[in-house]
Amino acid sequence: MAERWTQAMRPFLAKWALVAIPYLWSFLFFLAPFLIIFKISLSQTAIAMPPYTPVINTLGEFWSKLSDFSFDNYIFLTEDPLYYSAYLSSLRIALVSTVLLLIVGYPIAYGMARAPKSVRNALVMAVILPFWTSFLIRVYAWIGILKPEGLITIALQGLGILGPGEQIHVYNTETAVFIGIVYSYLPFMVLPLYAALEKLDATLLEAAADLGCPPTKSFWVITFPLSLPGVIAGCFLCFIPIVGEFVIPDLLGGSETLMIGKTLWAEFFNNRDWPVSSAVAVVLLIILVVPIVIFQNQQKKV
Amino acid sequence: MNKTTSWFNVTSLVFGFAFLYVPILILVVYSFNASKLVTVWGGFSARWYVELVHDQAIIDAAWVTIRVGILSASFATVLGTMAALVLDRYSKFHGRALFSGMVYAPLVMPEVITGLSLLLLFVAAGFDRGFWSVVIAHTTLTMCFVAVVVQSRLITFDRSLEEAALDLGCPPVKTFFLITLPLILPGVVAGWMLAFTLSLDDLVIASFNTGPGATTLPIKIYSMVRLGVTPEINAISTILISVIAVGVIVASVLSHRSEVEREKAERAVFLAG
Amino acid sequence: MIEAVGPIKRKFAPWDDPTAKPFIRFENVTKRFGDFTAVDNLTLDIYEREFFALLGPSGCGKTTLMRMLAGFEPPTEGRILLDGKDLSGIPPYKRPVNMMFQSYALFPHMTVEGNIAFGLKQEGMDTAQINTRVAEMLELVKLGKFAKRKPHQLSGGQRQRVALARSLAKRPKVLLLDEPLGALDKKLREETQFELMDIQVELGTTFLIVTHDQEEAMTVSDRIAVMNHGVIAQIGTASEIYEQPASRYVADFVGDINLIDGTVSAVEDGVATLRCAGVDATIVAETGTGEVAVGAEAGFAIRPEKVQITLEAPPAGTPNVLSGEVWDIGYLGDISVYRVRLAGGSIVKATVANLTRIVERPITWEDKVFLTWPADAGVILLK
Ligand SMILES: Nc1ncnc2c1ncn2[C@@H]1O[C@H](COP(=O)(O)OP(=O)(O)O)[C@@H](O)[C@H]1O
Ligand SMILES: [Mg+2]
Repeated sequence: MAERWTQAMRPFLAKWALVAIPYLWSFLFFLAPFLIIFKISLSQTAIAMPPYTPVINTLGEFWSKLSDFSFDNYIFLTEDPLYYSAYLSSLRIALVSTVLLLIVGYPIAYGMARAPKSVRNALVMAVILPFWTSFLIRVYAWIGILKPEGLITIALQGLGILGPGEQIHVYNTETAVFIGIVYSYLPFMVLPLYAALEKLDATLLEAAADLGCPPTKSFWVITFPLSLPGVIAGCFLCFIPIVGEFVIPDLLGGSETLMIGKTLWAEFFNNRDWPVSSAVAVVLLIILVVPIVIFQNQQKKV
Repeated sequence: MNKTTSWFNVTSLVFGFAFLYVPILILVVYSFNASKLVTVWGGFSARWYVELVHDQAIIDAAWVTIRVGILSASFATVLGTMAALVLDRYSKFHGRALFSGMVYAPLVMPEVITGLSLLLLFVAAGFDRGFWSVVIAHTTLTMCFVAVVVQSRLITFDRSLEEAALDLGCPPVKTFFLITLPLILPGVVAGWMLAFTLSLDDLVIASFNTGPGATTLPIKIYSMVRLGVTPEINAISTILISVIAVGVIVASVLSHRSEVEREKAERAVFLAG
Repeated sequence: MIEAVGPIKRKFAPWDDPTAKPFIRFENVTKRFGDFTAVDNLTLDIYEREFFALLGPSGCGKTTLMRMLAGFEPPTEGRILLDGKDLSGIPPYKRPVNMMFQSYALFPHMTVEGNIAFGLKQEGMDTAQINTRVAEMLELVKLGKFAKRKPHQLSGGQRQRVALARSLAKRPKVLLLDEPLGALDKKLREETQFELMDIQVELGTTFLIVTHDQEEAMTVSDRIAVMNHGVIAQIGTASEIYEQPASRYVADFVGDINLIDGTVSAVEDGVATLRCAGVDATIVAETGTGEVAVGAEAGFAIRPEKVQITLEAPPAGTPNVLSGEVWDIGYLGDISVYRVRLAGGSIVKATVANLTRIVERPITWEDKVFLTWPADAGVILLK
């Protein structure tokens, strides 16, 4: 009897485990932390906690310090114009970079989709390859190029555009951040665009031409509208993480560039103010919830 | 296709790929620069590589990174494959929306948020930060990428193959290992490689969740970069880039070749009637 | 190719035997997907060693019915019995039923041998026995030379044979075939139909085949169930279904038919007289098994090949005469189809076998012609 029961239950158990294991993992390590971050952002006393040498020794102590809620940290965020302008500047930089990415990425994706079939896979591979190599290294590569005494200056001096002693000042500016972002996120923009453009039936354009539509016009009335799902996917895939980007503004933007990811990092690692950095993260999350939900619905449709 | 547009296509491809590859090329070239000044060419030399080999801190960091990468990529592959199966197979269960949300959200979630929140969980749970906290963090981040890659493979998988196995008397779990897994294996392997390289690459999440003795290569490189640009960083970067590039190219050539062979065989049968 | 095992001379009709027990029994089976009913309160008996066909347009629930028997879908209501045993709750991998899939579903990472041996390995059969059985199956489908090949190295027809061999290897009590020949071209298909019949007779397995091709169903099977929207419209042998369709739907779906509407004006000795106002004619036909009452609205159904077409008027008083004008002629090689337009405007088709290599047709466009048929040539279908 018992054996029959386990036999009957086995497929059910396997199914249950298949759902439960990844579900629990994601819940525990992805979702639950958000609840904690939310709770800490509401805690009153700053729990000064230098990395690696915790001041709080027991769990109980940790929770007790969290017990009294207050919105002080959030009020603090509104009082200091630094945060306010960091959020705005992050959104602005993300928006501008996404538009730049679209402008740079579209012709590349279009060229790939129109390339002979035999080389298309190789081209896709060539777009993905840099994405596999380290993000940090790719950003680092630009430092040597953009520095005042870097390769661009040397090249421009060599061409006689810049006089000797003159330097180009891009490094540690927002321009450098835009270059770094466009460079690093390009595959995320090109691949969804390519996927959409490659599906496009070439006979549609022939039909349009047959009906008297010139090529430039048929691009705007046929190709572009049909590639819109790719455009939307690519834009969200870039915009959302760029808002919280840390490495690029930190390495290329210098002190002049204000971005919230950098602020949060500084708050956490330099000021060691956990409640405030949690509040910064929660507000960032709230700002990003809308685009994330839109992105997910978009994903589901595909 | 008229001439002007294809001229336009070629130009955009050339400029696009130049933009993607020239900075990396420069980085690689300057790793062989004899001069300590990164931007001034002082002749060819491999001295930075020699110095690298003697830098114990970097070797340790590389070792930690590789171990973290292999472990987290393996866990992430198991979990991500399971998640992909759930998303592909079970259209209705309680909490499916939440589940798919948890699977897709980390793809776009800014790393500073994921890193910080996970750190707070470890602190709240009294979990010592170090090697294992980084492994867990990377597993959580990369399983989503594995899920997406495997899911795209599952979409093209013919479910009637599984039904055929069941029909021939093979129980479900065994069917998964005998039929489904071998056929989605390219996706699973690609998922593992992606997870491994993402782990190898991650600075932000590792920085938040690391502890004593668990300095990964990106953390080490980052601290070196903060101190200034040195050809030694170019040398590490070149090694990393070559290892990954060779791995990815070999994998893709292998999978491409098996596909080509298969296509050839199919064509031969077709021609033979 | 399979060699014929000798002419099939058996008289096989267990369905006419009231003491015969059905082997497979669908008992008031209903299957709903959400609020869509794919199979609707269906009851069906199939006998051992029978070659049974499910025929119907695509989407009528044939595959669903078969998948319920294989165990992939549980019935929403009702139950399925195999050899007297209720199958509900038994998973597909424990049912003594095997299925040949519409897409063949050959495991692409295994050789032909590996595919055929797969089911036997699951049974835990020992290697020597497996090898013998695989060799036997390869022989049966004449694929001995291809044992070591992978499915993608085979042609469509060869893949179909591997799929058949694989599903037969375990000697199932019932073999389910879901549109087994759908992917083959017409010639290969006809050849394979006869091979399937030979294999079925040789092994004595009960075959349940799904098809939307009426010729295929009529060629291979002992009995046919014609399905429509999840219900069975008629069950019978090929000739019963063709010659005595039970409804307009069956008459229309199986083969070509002329339907003429009218009102029953008299019934006498199993012969009904139909007054057809639309075509201004009186039709006399056998009533068959159905209850035909005077005054009932009815249709007269007659196959085109049973209609004779002549230029001379038949003698006065001959029943079942229609007159009209040749509207269209279709030449199909073996036969020619004449579409004759009657006075009222409706069209009746008549086919004529092309027995000689005619160059000149005696009957041609716009000729005035007469259509006649004997009283037992058609059937009356009540509304
Ligand atoms: N899993 C399913 N979910 C919802 N509808 C289904 C499913 N399987 C079949 N159907 C529907 O049931 C009907 C009958 O399908 P099927 O049995 O495959 O038809 P047939 O094999 O006769 O062409 C179709 O309209 C189909 O859309
Ligand atoms: Mg079907």
